[in-house]
Amino acid sequence: MSVPVHPAGAAPARPIRVLAAKVGLDGHDRGIKVIARALRDAGMEVIYSGLFRLPEEVAGMAVDEDVDVVAISILSGAHNTLVPDVLDHLRRLGAGDLPVVVGGTIPSEDAEHLRRQGVRQVFGPGTDLSTIVDSIRELARARAAGA
Amino acid sequence: MGAMPARLEGERARDVTSLSGLPLKGFYGPDDVADLDYERDLGDPGVYPFTRGIHPTMYRGRLWTMRQFAGFGTAEETNARFHYLLEHGQTGLSVAFDLPTLLGYDSDHPRARGEVGREGVAVDSLADMERLFEGIPLDRVSTSMTINGPAAILMAMYVVVGEKQGVPPERLSGTLQNDILKEYIAQKEFIFPPEPSLKLVVDTIEFATRHMPRWNTVSISGYHIREAGSTAVQELAFTLADGLTYVEACLQRGLDVDSFAPRLSFFFNSHLDFFEEVAKFRAARRMWARFMRERYGARNPRSWTLRFHTQTAGCSLTAQQPEVNVVRVTLQALAAVLGGTQSLHTNALDEALSLPTAEAARLALRTQQVIAEESGVASVADPLGGSYFVEALTHEMERRAMEYIERIEAMGGVIAAIRQGFLQREIAEAAYRYQREVADGERVVVGVNKYVVPPSEEKAVPILRIDPELERKQVARLEQVRRSRDERRVRHALEALREAARREQNVMPALIEAVRAYATLGEMVDTLKAVYGTYAEEAIL
Repeated sequence: MSVPVHPAGAAPARPIRVLAAKVGLDGHDRGIKVIARALRDAGMEVIYSGLFRLPEEVAGMAVDEDVDVVAISILSGAHNTLVPDVLDHLRRLGAGDLPVVVGGTIPSEDAEHLRRQGVRQVFGPGTDLSTIVDSIRELARARAAGA
Repeated sequence: MGAMPARLEGERARDVTSLSGLPLKGFYGPDDVADLDYERDLGDPGVYPFTRGIHPTMYRGRLWTMRQFAGFGTAEETNARFHYLLEHGQTGLSVAFDLPTLLGYDSDHPRARGEVGREGVAVDSLADMERLFEGIPLDRVSTSMTINGPAAILMAMYVVVGEKQGVPPERLSGTLQNDILKEYIAQKEFIFPPEPSLKLVVDTIEFATRHMPRWNTVSISGYHIREAGSTAVQELAFTLADGLTYVEACLQRGLDVDSFAPRLSFFFNSHLDFFEEVAKFRAARRMWARFMRERYGARNPRSWTLRFHTQTAGCSLTAQQPEVNVVRVTLQALAAVLGGTQSLHTNALDEALSLPTAEAARLALRTQQVIAEESGVASVADPLGGSYFVEALTHEMERRAMEYIERIEAMGGVIAAIRQGFLQREIAEAAYRYQREVADGERVVVGVNKYVVPPSEEKAVPILRIDPELERKQVARLEQVRRSRDERRVRHALEALREAARREQNVMPALIEAVRAYATLGEMVDTLKAVYGTYAEEAIL
């Protein structure tokens, strides 16, 4: 796991912490790496899970690292199985309120299904970087305000 | 390329660069090719250094192989798609395996959950391979198998399926991807550490050199490097550097260069920057020819020729207005043909969302058929040869790729560069740069950041659904195989495999025996893991 980088000149308030996670067996890490860099450029702290994570490992990392948002990237088509597993494990760890967003090649009816399971946002192919950054910032702020 | 000329009136204000960031002039002329020596740098088609193509007549003599990649679900479903594609005029098979197979897990492994049969076909044992090729005569159809970590095992399975059909190994033709180095660089489906993985590659090359003269032992692949976000220059450089690593490993094994080099093949991506792609293919051929003849002293002209398969760029396809992907794919396929490819896969319009439906796969194949049979571009070899621009760009691609290769060699070679994270970091950097350019509107992606239509006007395309039941079906079949085989024979075969690996012998004979005994993929991989260990990369952001 990489060391979180604190953006230069960050405000005294704690920066938003995001777990960027790959779950399952696909090694396609182009998307998650691009998103992680965009989030850092926007002043957030990003923890990258590394490849081939099991759902329980992702949930455990999110809790251990005390993140504000979990961003999962998945390209293999296993999202309908693996993403609900992550949500289950988060609930089991008492972190059911942690916002989870998912990106990847996800057909629209699957995106609906994932939202019904509790995923807050689904970003399909071609989503603008700033849309993703803004959405994650919004979710983190809303959670902080609610807490 | 020479200095940038003053901007012409009406030209776009910003600097114009290729997709790889090469500066482009407004036009090219004789000065740009002043150093070009026809005999030394081009040669006629079919003549060293093969810049203009590996055959004198190119497609006039024989069209490229139309080889659409297919695989999903269980062996029966993929077998049905194979028969469908062959009936529609496809001339070679290309198998996609699912992720558990690629990573050496049986379908009932906990890590395989949700992944079985999704991105390709699930193969657990010889029983699945027998079903996969049912009714397909292996002495008449050539098969390409996209498999890397467990490539030696899948090759052993193919040999045994041949045996069962009465086809001896020397009559099997096809291609094993078997390019493990690009896994560490880009695709990330590795199992063992790089050194034993490279040893396995040399085992397959040695075995095929002796027993499978029609078999392409490695398809040295830039495709995935490009899909991971590299530039065309990086794709060219890293792929050739990988190829040189395999050549040197074989020489160290004591193989004669001319005994194995003719069966090495390549696999490139064809992206959207049309002329840059054509130049990349031409530069690749020239560079490889020079390396093989001048550096390694190969004497057989077939050792000098770089033969390659091309796939259009999956990463260039958009989920928005997916019908536009047909146009993208057509341009990319045309670049591959003008670049002299030996075989081609055209992506289907729905691939930004899922594996292709049968109809989308057929349209993708039809795209190749129109280029081949209606456009007239197949009538003349290297029709772009001699273009001031194309020749200058070919030269520039070669120059920049050589700089990278020299840097990698100065680091101690590809494996050292992988372990330092150099190659992975260069690619991630390029991917981020590209995405920023798209975000800033500097790079136009039609339908994504320009000419966008509201979501209500987006036409939904039909999507291939994979039945979640198939995982259970595949696991049940695996249990059936385990129940019906001779356990003693399996244990004995796996023990022999472990011994062969431990003694650093060529493992191919032991693998073939284990396959015959219906040992599973996971069992064979676990046996090798016990000797070789596993690999986990340091996560680099």
